Amino acid sequence: MKLEMKDQPGQLVAALKPISAVGGNIIAVIHQREATTPAEALDVQIVLELPEGRLERLLELLRDQGIDVVRIGEERLLYECTLIVIGHLMHTDLSDTVNQIDKTGSAEVTELSMVMPAIDSPSSARITIRSTTRTEMKRAIRILRAVAKQKELLIIEPLEDA
Amino acid sequence: MTRIALLGFGSVGQGIARAILEKGLGITVTGLADSRSGVIDASGIDLSAALDRKERGEPCGNLDISSMDVVEEAEYDILVEVTPTDVETAEPALGHIRGALQRGRHVVTSNKGPIALDYPGLQALAEECGVFLRYEATVCGAIPLIRAMQEGLAGNTITRICGVFNGTCNYILTRMAAEGLTYEQALAEARDLGYAEADPTYDVEGIDAAIKLVILADTVLGMRVTLDDVERTGITLLSPEALQLAEDQDCTIRLIGEIVPGAGVLQVSPRIVAKTHPLVVEGTLNAVTVETDLAGDLTFIGKGAGSTETASAVIGDILYIQSRHVQSS
Ligand SMILES: NC(=O)c1ccc[n+]([C@@H]2O[C@H](COP(=O)([O-])OP(=O)(O)OC[C@H]3O[C@@H](n4cnc5c(N)ncnc54)[C@H](OP(=O)(O)O)[C@@H]3O)[C@@H](O)[C@H]2O)c1
Repeated sequence: MKLEMKDQPGQLVAALKPISAVGGNIIAVIHQREATTPAEALDVQIVLELPEGRLERLLELLRDQGIDVVRIGEERLLYECTLIVIGHLMHTDLSDTVNQIDKTGSAEVTELSMVMPAIDSPSSARITIRSTTRTEMKRAIRILRAVAKQKELLIIEPLEDA
Repeated sequence: MTRIALLGFGSVGQGIARAILEKGLGITVTGLADSRSGVIDASGIDLSAALDRKERGEPCGNLDISSMDVVEEAEYDILVEVTPTDVETAEPALGHIRGALQRGRHVVTSNKGPIALDYPGLQALAEECGVFLRYEATVCGAIPLIRAMQEGLAGNTITRICGVFNGTCNYILTRMAAEGLTYEQALAEARDLGYAEADPTYDVEGIDAAIKLVILADTVLGMRVTLDDVERTGITLLSPEALQLAEDQDCTIRLIGEIVPGAGVLQVSPRIVAKTHPLVVEGTLNAVTVETDLAGDLTFIGKGAGSTETASAVIGDILYIQSRHVQSS
């Protein structure tokens, strides 16, 4: 989920403590300057993972710290899984492979590194998929497996879930 | 004295003979056979002379005596079956083992074929005849994995087993990661060092690891599966670039066998593993993590092959039977 607040001096530090107190896990802190806000006040977004049912308590703790939460964002792309794919990735239309995952809407390929050793020899790519839920991640991996089978690619999956 | 008949006098068989010569162990060998010959001697076979004959490239015994003659005629308490594995027919081991059980003799084997192909049948026969059938050496050589699970972890529910079950593949992957070798280069090196067979298919296509999963599933987890039930991918298509891509994220690639009884998972495939994971072992080592409800997770690491190491597991089984049965009979 995503919390948005005004970045007034000291607020960020004050916000981090309650998050860990309720067992949350901070994934990213994003500052952004919006045209509509006065120049001195930055918007801060904190992307975090929170155990089920702790949101109310967190908001309470944040209020106690005098932090003004402007908006609570929906859960979004919290799960991450990195796989390696080997095969004739270009000949078999890599962007189509990526598309098949992206078009699910709830999972997307967020990173891709590819190494092509020589024309006509198989290339290797590392693909990072992010999804909103664990179930969606499983679905995205199932899609990738099916595509790999059809295109004769070898997928190497991680031993442990992300 | 426990009397054994030893069928197969290659790497494992000779390892067993050398251990008996060096340590005694209360074991005497009254029957011995290789592919062409046999020896039967109720007063105990001269093992050093037999080892010398093999050293000179001669048969270990008399060409008129076959391995089946040893099974049927020698006087022994335990048949030790260490002939080559045949994954399709399990012969000649299946015939040897059935013959011994029917004679009311215990059996200890390192041969994966018969256990993977017909464990329920053989176990039922052993029970009917009132004898033990033991096979610790069939999975992960020296690691006493089967006994640990059947006895040490009795009462636990095993929720998952995953591990590195094939030393040849682990060696190849270790070398590809460490030196940036191609699969072919690492395989050639493994062959030179005697870690890979001339025809490496059985190892590199994951068949050997899959058979070990079948054995664990059938004997320890009470499942009923065959080799065809294992989803299997080998390591032959792995590229040095893929290992580098894993390395960039502090990970590596290992051939992992995995069983999750509750989810119907039974697979052998290359997997991305964090380098800090306990299953990331070097060279020809094997490593297996067993996840349980009461004991938590346990990881076993050790040598999965080798003459002395595999002999260790066979001897452990012989002495197990010796302590529970032979002396009291
Ligand atoms: N080596 C290991 O580290 C290891 C580890 C775990 C399990 N195992 C299993 O243990 C078994 C033995 O392995 P190993 O490495 O010792 O094999 P090996 O070195 O090839 O020796 C096999 C022995 O069996 C004999 N043999 C072949 N066919 C026979 C027959 N029809 N009747 C009687 N004897 C026969 C061979 O005779 P000749 O001497 O006349 O050729 C040889 O002495 C295999 O099933 C293997 O899968 C081995």
